[in-house]
Formats: sequence, C-alpha cells, structure tokens
Amino acid sequence: MAIATTSAAVPSRRTMLIATTVMTLVLILAPLLGVYPVFLMKALCFALFACAFNLLIGFGGLLSFGHAMFLGTAGYVCAHAAKEWGWPPEIAILSGTLAAAAMGCVVGLLAIRRQGIYFAMITLALAQMVYFFYLQAPFTHGEDGIQAVPRGKLFGLLDLSNTLILYYVVLAIFLAAFLLINRIVHSPFGQVLKAIRENEPRAVSLGYDAEKYKFLAFVLSATLAGLAGATKAIVFQLASLTDAHWTMSGEVVLMTLLGGMGTIFGPVVGAFTIIGIENYLSEGVTVFGMTFGAQWVTVITGVIFVICVLAFRRGIVGELSAWWARRQD
Amino acid sequence: MEIFGIPTQALFGQLLIGLINGAFYAMLSLGLAVIFGLLNVINFTHGAQYMMGAFCAWLLLEKWGVSYWWSLLLAPLAIGLTGVVIERTMLSRLYKLDHLYGLLLTFGLALIFQGLFTNYYGSSGQPYRLPEEFSGAFNLGFMFLPKYRAWVILASVIVCLSTWFVIERTKLGSYLRAATENPALVQAFGINVPRMITLTYGFGVALAALAGVMAAPIYQVAPQMGANIIIVVFAVVVIGGMGSILGAIITGFALGIVEGLTKVFYPEASNTVIFVVMVIVLLIKPAGLFGKEK
Repeated sequence: MAIATTSAAVPSRRTMLIATTVMTLVLILAPLLGVYPVFLMKALCFALFACAFNLLIGFGGLLSFGHAMFLGTAGYVCAHAAKEWGWPPEIAILSGTLAAAAMGCVVGLLAIRRQGIYFAMITLALAQMVYFFYLQAPFTHGEDGIQAVPRGKLFGLLDLSNTLILYYVVLAIFLAAFLLINRIVHSPFGQVLKAIRENEPRAVSLGYDAEKYKFLAFVLSATLAGLAGATKAIVFQLASLTDAHWTMSGEVVLMTLLGGMGTIFGPVVGAFTIIGIENYLSEGVTVFGMTFGAQWVTVITGVIFVICVLAFRRGIVGELSAWWARRQD
Repeated sequence: MEIFGIPTQALFGQLLIGLINGAFYAMLSLGLAVIFGLLNVINFTHGAQYMMGAFCAWLLLEKWGVSYWWSLLLAPLAIGLTGVVIERTMLSRLYKLDHLYGLLLTFGLALIFQGLFTNYYGSSGQPYRLPEEFSGAFNLGFMFLPKYRAWVILASVIVCLSTWFVIERTKLGSYLRAATENPALVQAFGINVPRMITLTYGFGVALAALAGVMAAPIYQVAPQMGANIIIVVFAVVVIGGMGSILGAIITGFALGIVEGLTKVFYPEASNTVIFVVMVIVLLIKPAGLFGKEK
C-alpha cells in the first residue's frame, strides 16, 4: 500500500508544459507586480526543499523525517565558505550542496536498511544527532548562527546585493532544479522507483536492485534539499539552528502533504501556501475578537496536518487534478 | 575513592541520573511498543501526552491542591481519556491506509498540544513541589540516594513489569497478542477487537501521562519536555526493536545508563550517544536487538 496514490493524477505532457510555462511567467512577473521579493525568495527556497523531499516520498514512498539535516548542513557549509573563506557565491552554494550530498550518502546507507515507520524514525533520530552536533560545534556559533554572510558577486559579474538580481538568480536555480526533478521522475530511473514504491517484492523479482534505487533517490533528494539550504543561506545571509531543527523537517512534510504528495506542482503550491500563512500570521490576525500572532504558527501547522491526513490526503494539487480527471470523463 | 580516575561520587551520581532517565525511556518506549503492536501506529503524540501528564499534575496541585498521590491516578486517567477520544474520532479512520498516515496525524496532534501549552504557559518551565514525604535521602554509604529518585526507579520497574505480566501472562494479554497477530480471526471468536484497540491506545497514552507525573518533580514542567525526549525514545525503539515488551524495558534502562556513563567519561557526546548506538545497531542488526525481521 503506497502512501501517495497518484494514478489518477498523472498529467499529460501538454498540461505539464502549459502549467510549467504559466508558473514560470507568474514567477518572473511577480516582483515587477509588487510582490515583496524577499517573501518570494523564501517561498522559492522552501518550494525547492519541498520538491526535493517529494522526490523521496512521492516517487520513492520513503518518508524522511530528518530532511532538515540536509537543509541545515548545506546552509552552514555555504555560509562558512562564503564568510570565513571568502569564496564566491556560486562556489559556496556548490560546496554546501556537495556537503549535503555527502551526508545523504552516509545517512542513506543507514536509513534504507529499514522501511516505512522505522525509516521515518531513523532519519528523525539521525537528524537530531546532527542538530546536537551543530549546537555544540564552534563554527556554527550556536544560538547566534553564522550571521552577515556576504552575498558577493555571482561569477564575478552579477551583484547579488541587488535584491532583484538576487531574486532572478534564485528563480533560475529553482527552475533548473524543478526541471531536473521533473526529468528524473519521468526517466526510466523514476519509473523503476515508482514500481518499487507500488510493489517492492515484484520490482525485485523483475531484477531491479531496490536498495540501489532507493539509495540513489535518497542521495538525489538530499542533494537538492542541500541546494535549497545553501541558496537560502545566501538569500538571508544567515545559517542558523532553526534550519537543522526537527520542526523544519516537519514543516517540509507538511508543505508536501498540503500541496499533494507525488504530484509535480504540489510541493510548490504547498510551500507558497505555508510560507504565505506564516507571513500573514507574523503581523497578527484578529478573528472573532481573538488575535492570532506568530506564536500560533505551531498550532495552526498541527491543525493543517490533522485536516490533511483525515480529509484531504491528495493535497491541493492532487484534489484539483482528480476533480479535473472526473470532469473529463 | 576513584574508579578510572573519576571520583566515585560523580560516577554514581551520573549513574543514578542515567537510571532515572532510563526509567522514563523504558516507560515511554513500552507505551509506544504496546500501541504499535496492536494499532501499527507510531504514536508521535506520545511526547506531548507525557508533557500533558506532567502539566495535569501541576495544575491539579496548583489550582486545587490535589496531592501527588491522587495525581498519579487522576492525570493518567484524564489524559488516557483524551487518548480514547483521539483514537475513536481520528486514528480509527486511518487503519486501512498506509501506516505512515498515523505517524503524520499524531505528529500534527503533537504540534497542536505543544503549541497550545506554549501559548498559555510560556516556554519556560514550572517547578513542581516535591511531596513532603520524599524530602531527604538515603545514605547508602558510598552515595546519597534522594528518596524521590529511589521511588521513581522502583515505581517504574513495578509499572513496567506489571505491564509485561498483563500482556504476556494473563488471558486479557493473550487476547491482545492474538489480535496483534490476526485481528480478523480474534474478532471471529467473538472478541470486540475495535474496543480492545481503543482501550489499548488509551492505556498506552495513560502510561505516557503516568511517566509525565513521575517526571514532574524531577524536571521542570515545560511544554517542550515531551518533544525533546520523544526523539530519543524513537531511537531507543529502533535499537530495541518493537517485537518484544521485555526488550523495550531492558533497552530503555540500559540506554539511560549508557547515557549517564557517557556524561562522566565524555560529556560532549552525552546528547548524541544514544543515536550513535542506534547507528551501530543498524549496521550490525538492522531489526533491532530484540526485533524480528518481517
């Protein structure tokens, strides 16, 4: 029994093309139409993070509850490289991403030894170990984090201290990763991965080395999550413990669940929705005379989790495409 | 007197702290194992329910002056009842789906409870006044053993062993074990399996709340107390494997002691040692020390 049933939600090549084009156009135009670029960049980083996570759960059926360790690690390595060693941003981001990939190899080898619930608990426990390491390691500066990370000049040309230039660079990174994930999902590798998710013994009997495929998917997912973390460190000029904490692992699960596990656009929609809600709450919202501020984020996150699991398992994009498929019949 | 260059006072002191932590690991992982056995759900809310047990005792004492002893009974009952409601209204809808949905649901519930308690009581801890009869310590010759800590160790061993006895040695327990193996067949023999599942969840939750009440006088009663311990308990469960009740108990105590000893010999690693043990066990025996590979 797979966690994400997406058989009804496989869009045609044409729908995919149209949707991707629309998304790209909206994201290109958004800051010009007055949407705050820093908000957009934050949402894009999380969208990339959620897409990376979705690669594992949506197409590999593996629920990682420790993806924050890749986000956090890449952020710390990237921030340290850019600030302490003065590396240019492209190399700093690359080094952060590679650090996450290396960590993905180690964790992947351990975690894929167990399945299902155990896999989730093992990734959570390993992420907590990594978190404690960062809490004590001197280079992370503990609770303060690595602050005032220089943005620098991309390839020595593009001045990233200009917010709009930075935005388009982040958008380019996001789109490149998004298209790569799309390519992976539709490649023979992605198809085998789906086969393993649906029926592992059968895939094995057909001669596929399930462990190898799951391991590769895990490393890919960790690497892309690392790319998100490294980019985030450059955007916010900060690498902190928040990104490595288990609540961050929970947040990415929520974004993917809300948007639609196993759908291509779901994680993007989920990330924008959650970051939007958090942004909205940070100013405080008054409903029925009660003011809900930022401290309600945890409770509201929990409520969305419960609602999604009980009534809304396909997520926003999953429900929409199921509705669309019903209408077509 | 010194052992391996460590003063015995410090060594036994940390050993005692480790034993106390182990008592809580054992009770919590026991509850998780009992719930998992029948429901196939990893109860992520377990930590929050442990925290709620502690808060319940604290509120009973502060608001109504209810004594520690009554709290030991009332708090698990109250929190266990909320567990029954959760199982009936939410968890029971998920049994036909992938087990991971149970994990996600209980994770969401944990966030809700933790968030609500943080909003109302702040994130700083509240002290719970130690009952009069527990002030003072036993002089064991080589160290002082505070009375309350002795009680916690004793009580947790009794709770764990009686749970083991009920599940492994009584008729009720045999129904429970049978339902774990094959619920449809047990149902066919005329046993109300859904009710048994509900009560099992309620019992597991009550166990977490009981651990919470016992923890209240030792640790600060804080909304975050459950979140910190539950991840460690997950690691304990992975190490022990969830196949055996006795295994969960032994692993819990043993890892508490390992943690305590690490505090003596290499304090920097005391937070991470249990996770390191988990990695080693995964490499050598992936199913866990007492687990059976399915």
